[in-house]
Amino acid sequence: MSTLVIKDLHVEIDGKEILKGVNLTINTNEIHAVMGPNGTGKSTLASAIMGHPKYEVTSGSIELDGEDVLAMEVDERAQAGLFLAMQYPSEITGVTNADFLRSAINSRREEGDEISLMKFIRELDSKMEFLEMDLDMAQRYLNEGFSGGEKKRNEILQLMMLQPKFAILDEIDSGLDIDALKVVSKGINEMRGEGFGSLVITHYQRLLNYITPDHVHVMMQGRVVKSGGPELAQRLEAEGYEWVKEELGIEDETVGQEA
Amino acid sequence: MTVETKLALTEQDIRSFSEGKQEPSWMTELRLKAFGELETLPMPTPDKTKITNWNFTEFPVHTVDSSKFTSLNELPDEVKAVVNADEQKNIYIQHNNTPAFLSLSEDLKAKGVILTDIYTAIREHSDLVQQYFMTDGVKVTEHKLTALHAALLNGGVFLYVPKNVVVEEPIQVIYLHDDKAASLFNHTLLVADENSSVTYVENYLSTVEHAEGLANIVTEVIAKDNSKVTFGTVDVLAEGFTTYVNRRGVTSRDAVLEWALGMMNDSDTISENTTHLVGDNSEGHVKMVVVGRGKQKQNFTTKVIHWGKHTEGQILKHGVMKEEASSIFNGIGKIEYGATKSNAEQTSRVLMLSEKARGDANPILLIDEDDVTAGHAASVGRVDPLQLYYLMSRGISQHEAERLVIHGFLAPVVNELPIEGVKKQLTEVIERKVR
Ligand SMILES: Nc1ncnc2c1ncn2[C@@H]1O[C@H](COP(=O)(O)OP(=O)(O)OP(=O)(O)O)[C@@H](O)[C@H]1O
Ligand SMILES: [Mg+2]
Repeated sequence: MSTLVIKDLHVEIDGKEILKGVNLTINTNEIHAVMGPNGTGKSTLASAIMGHPKYEVTSGSIELDGEDVLAMEVDERAQAGLFLAMQYPSEITGVTNADFLRSAINSRREEGDEISLMKFIRELDSKMEFLEMDLDMAQRYLNEGFSGGEKKRNEILQLMMLQPKFAILDEIDSGLDIDALKVVSKGINEMRGEGFGSLVITHYQRLLNYITPDHVHVMMQGRVVKSGGPELAQRLEAEGYEWVKEELGIEDETVGQEA
Repeated sequence: MTVETKLALTEQDIRSFSEGKQEPSWMTELRLKAFGELETLPMPTPDKTKITNWNFTEFPVHTVDSSKFTSLNELPDEVKAVVNADEQKNIYIQHNNTPAFLSLSEDLKAKGVILTDIYTAIREHSDLVQQYFMTDGVKVTEHKLTALHAALLNGGVFLYVPKNVVVEEPIQVIYLHDDKAASLFNHTLLVADENSSVTYVENYLSTVEHAEGLANIVTEVIAKDNSKVTFGTVDVLAEGFTTYVNRRGVTSRDAVLEWALGMMNDSDTISENTTHLVGDNSEGHVKMVVVGRGKQKQNFTTKVIHWGKHTEGQILKHGVMKEEASSIFNGIGKIEYGATKSNAEQTSRVLMLSEKARGDANPILLIDEDDVTAGHAASVGRVDPLQLYYLMSRGISQHEAERLVIHGFLAPVVNELPIEGVKKQLTEVIERKVR
């Protein structure tokens, strides 16, 4: 079993504090959903875990099986087993999806032990078929001109090809039609198991209908303010966030405000 | 034969060099006339690059003698790497200043295609060469460097594709430079007659680290009515050269001329690439990639001039500058009065990899006709940190991520190169230069 532990994490962007003490522990074989109104720090948390260059961790810690994640470069974090499906994936001209994925896979292997082209193509084809993707997408430039839904599907393709220990999925359901939502969920459920844990950031219960979370957390004001089981997500879907705010005495949930 | 340094080079030297090559009198006269005008002609004035201190006129020797190759197996490894010896039937190789190897398929010979070194062409196809050599394309007296080129011409190739002949397989020309004393006054003359079609790729390949000579290169492509010419190049000239390279095309009615130019020199370089779209309905497309490194200074002026109606001109240039390299990218789309319904498009993008690298993209549209369309885009920037972050978040190292982004940036042009071996070579050169 692997564990990702986030302790009292404070994060600034351009000198403005966004995260104000996040605590969260995720084990493999667990799915954690993170919900919360817009602008409460969910993407910031995801970015800070992955090591986005613009986000500065000012205090607190992130450890993966006792290893200091914050001391690692972005690529080292990925190699250690972290993965982030981004809310807005970059487009990279001139680099095909396939070449990119092969580089990513080979970055995890020793020189001289690169994945054979045949094996790579076999795996890629089977994963793309599983995700009901057009095989031509492999030869297109990375995310360039992809529709919103295609980009999300492509993030899940990468997830399945790279097999990380922990995946943070930032609004993987946004912009997906109903069929695509099912396919993407199928991909994530396929990953579920002993060696895999996930932090699923979402606004909607409809994703959680397909991917039942073990734990649900609510973020407000740059902190996790409430945690519970799958029923918490259902109540949020039905009633919104007002009751949480009332319960906790929060007037303005955005990060600019103090509790 | 070897002529002494520039200072010692006299009219008599030019005359005896020409006679030594048994050139017809028109060529001897052309050389002498050019030589005579050298003093009075001005230097070219590439926009935004000051070249007054550049050495374009002094060089150790006019010609060097180098070995010939009796088969492709004898080629040095660097050349073998770009030649597919089993398949490449149509190839000319020049070794420094020596015509060193020639092969043209029987089929093309039978169809009347001419591929030969420039000396032989001037001798054996005198009338044909005289008709096109520095007449419609580059003029001898344009400026000092074109005159110098004409006077001192010491290599090059002539390719003629007769009417209605479609050359299926690419024609390959390699200019191998492995003697640091050599200077290259090479002239490529390519004439595609009516309704013909050909793909040509030339390759300047220095295999010495440092050069002491000059490279003053002129290429003329004459694309007659309804012909189609694809002209590719990978230039890898060594540091130390001062390179002046002028590649010019002239299209007649319905002709299509496509340039794919890989400018990978390590030398300071002034490159001029102009396409005159003379005939109605003709097209000129330019795709160029550049990688600059070290303290290299380069200027790339790309012009498409629309004379004919309904002509289509496109310029696409991508450059990567690293270390202290600097480059000017001038792109000029000019539509003359009367060239109605023409379209001039251009895009220049420069990616800078270091603080001290400099890149400057100057798109210019000069339009003397109302009924036309035109557009330009230019950008100069650095590698996008978010792209690197995205790639690295998948485990790819920063170095490899940068490599991917750079190759990706150049790929749209690299992929246009018509010969696989040359495309591979260009990719490898880029790899080496951006490492
Ligand atoms: N460069 C910046 N300067 C100042 N504030 C910023 C900057 N970038 C982000 N923020 C702020 O940080 C806060 C948290 O943003 P974040 O993207 O983490 O929210 P989120 O919870 O993911 O919201 P959403 O649900 O809309 O995706 C927002 O108020 C945002 O405006
Ligand atoms: Mg967000």
